[in-house]
Amino acid sequence: MKFNRFIFANLFRKKIRLILTIGSFAVALFLFTFLAVVRSAFSRGTELAGADRLVVINRAGLINVIPLSYRDKILQIKGVKAVTHNNWFGGVYQDEKNFFPQFVIDPENQRQVMTEMRVPDDEWNNFVKDRQGAVVGAGLAKRFGWKVGDRLPIKNALYGPTKTWEFVLDGIYHNDHPGGDESQFWLQWKYFDETIPAVIKSQVGWYVVKLDSPDDAVPVAAAIDKGFANSSTETKTETESAFAAGFAKQLGNIELLILTIGGVVFFTLLLVTGNTMAISVRERVGELAVLKAIGYPDRYVLFFVLSEALVIALIGGLIGLGLAVLAIPVVGAALRGLLPPLLLSVSVLSLGLAFAVFVGVASGLLPGIGAMRLRVVDALRRV
Amino acid sequence: MIRVDGRSDSPSLIRVRGLNKTYRRGGENIQVLQGLNLDVDQADFVAFMGPSGSGKTTLLNLLGGLDVPSAGSITVAGDEITHMSASKLTQWRARHVGFIFQMYNLIPVLTAFQNVELPLLLTKLSKSERRKHVETALGVVGLSDRMNHFPRQLSGGQEQRVTIARAIVSDPTFLLCDEPTGDLDRKSADEIMALIEELVGKYHKTVLMVTHDPVVAARAHTTLHLDKGVLVEAERKGVLVGGVA
Ligand SMILES: Nc1ncnc2c1ncn2[C@@H]1O[C@H](COP(=O)(O)OP(=O)(O)OP(=O)(O)O)[C@@H](O)[C@H]1O
Ligand SMILES: [Mg+2]
Repeated sequence: MKFNRFIFANLFRKKIRLILTIGSFAVALFLFTFLAVVRSAFSRGTELAGADRLVVINRAGLINVIPLSYRDKILQIKGVKAVTHNNWFGGVYQDEKNFFPQFVIDPENQRQVMTEMRVPDDEWNNFVKDRQGAVVGAGLAKRFGWKVGDRLPIKNALYGPTKTWEFVLDGIYHNDHPGGDESQFWLQWKYFDETIPAVIKSQVGWYVVKLDSPDDAVPVAAAIDKGFANSSTETKTETESAFAAGFAKQLGNIELLILTIGGVVFFTLLLVTGNTMAISVRERVGELAVLKAIGYPDRYVLFFVLSEALVIALIGGLIGLGLAVLAIPVVGAALRGLLPPLLLSVSVLSLGLAFAVFVGVASGLLPGIGAMRLRVVDALRRV
Repeated sequence: MIRVDGRSDSPSLIRVRGLNKTYRRGGENIQVLQGLNLDVDQADFVAFMGPSGSGKTTLLNLLGGLDVPSAGSITVAGDEITHMSASKLTQWRARHVGFIFQMYNLIPVLTAFQNVELPLLLTKLSKSERRKHVETALGVVGLSDRMNHFPRQLSGGQEQRVTIARAIVSDPTFLLCDEPTGDLDRKSADEIMALIEELVGKYHKTVLMVTHDPVVAARAHTTLHLDKGVLVEAERKGVLVGGVA
């Protein structure tokens, strides 16, 4: 294109301004990508969760427990292949900051239901035999440098007076799904149920139900809830994805938070670059007028301004995306256990680039139209 | 032959009849041009003079198709430009008019060569053809050795010569100059005027120029005074005409 040189020459008029504008794009795009990755990390829990599993919780809410006796009744329902149950343990390892989810699991059925979380057989057998045994996700083990055989004291205040529970790390699980959760800590149901005060024994947090076929999800869920209707503890059965989403929501309205921050970033960038483009056009009103006088059509002038904005957006955007590609694995490693794994996908990167292009064009549009409408005689008179 | 009485019978290159321009300002009409007539032939060189605010720039803008008159007609080489659409007029300017303004002329981030090349980027000329034309134009203005200089590396006179090269590079029908020496010292002004004279004498260019400077105006074949919205012939090659000074 014969106008390339002209467009690029114009970019370098004010080098500091160019660098600052490109910098704004880079920072905004980095932030945008980061937010998009966090958001997709939270919704991935929902997407990846097997559609062939259901979660049964207390109708009164997730923090209320359900009797262990429901297990057998659920198993009898047609279409149910296996049932396991969990409790939220909620202990603290060394320091509050070291948060990771701790689940009380039922070793007899865990592997039949949570099929994607794989533990080597020898490790699993040790765990089953070991009352104070624990299994942790590979990510969690890496985070704290734990090895099989390590002793892990966990302080807990949720069940009776605060005390330290002693565990021995027997096994490490890996998730078959790329980016799937590897941050949990599992402890034995028997150890848990024996240790807690009598009044809260034999109560589980929730059941996870494995189905014969995903097609049965709707009728089975209805059958479970109907079976316990009008009892002292009514149930609510939902897909695992809905459960995961509900869990994440307990941490706060992450979606809204991310969208709000994203929106602020977007409008700030738009205002900053729009203002810069407007100033840069205003500065060369005389030159633009001369261009028009010597025969450049109005649409060319618009095209020049838009191209300039677009080039800035693309360069800044690519730098920002590049930074994100470098930084997200590092940040993700630092936040392991606090956030679901951060995965940078091609679709997030393309979305980021589209975002940059959109802001670029939008910021160039008003100044560009102004330049297009500029009347030569007025511009040359305006000394 | 330059005439201002509107009675020329032979078809002239530039033919202006009954030109009116009225501006509205604050609810008031300001009549700047009032029934102005002008005939200019190929290779004529005419200077417009007149007090500030008399309408010289207004006239030049109308002749160059940068503005439209309130009434009257302008015909250039047989084309009546007063009724052209804005985009037609833009195309017409690119083909027929070479502009030399007092300021803002050059793009500071482009070299002399690139500035002169600008009008040619709108044509279908190939890169090597463009280069040939630009080199010729810069040669005519005597800046072959400054092709890769940026405007800030040139003197005011050299900048104005680059502007002239840009104005002639696409071989337009006529040149319009609005105070081309307004920002220059005497010596540079003389050089620019010698160059413009050469364009007229040697290359048969038609030049219409506005100036405040009688010495500069004296270089033209004819000096016309803008007075009460019409042109009056003041001087023809050193001979005073009609007693208007
Ligand atoms: N866009 C406009 N709106 C209103 N009035 C205008 C406009 N353009 C020019 N005028 C008026 O028209 C008159 C002629 O202006 P013009 O610029 O043509 O004069 P000039 O002879 O070129 O003056 P100078 O020697 O100072 O350059 C002036 O009174 C000016 O104020
Ligand atoms: Mg003027």
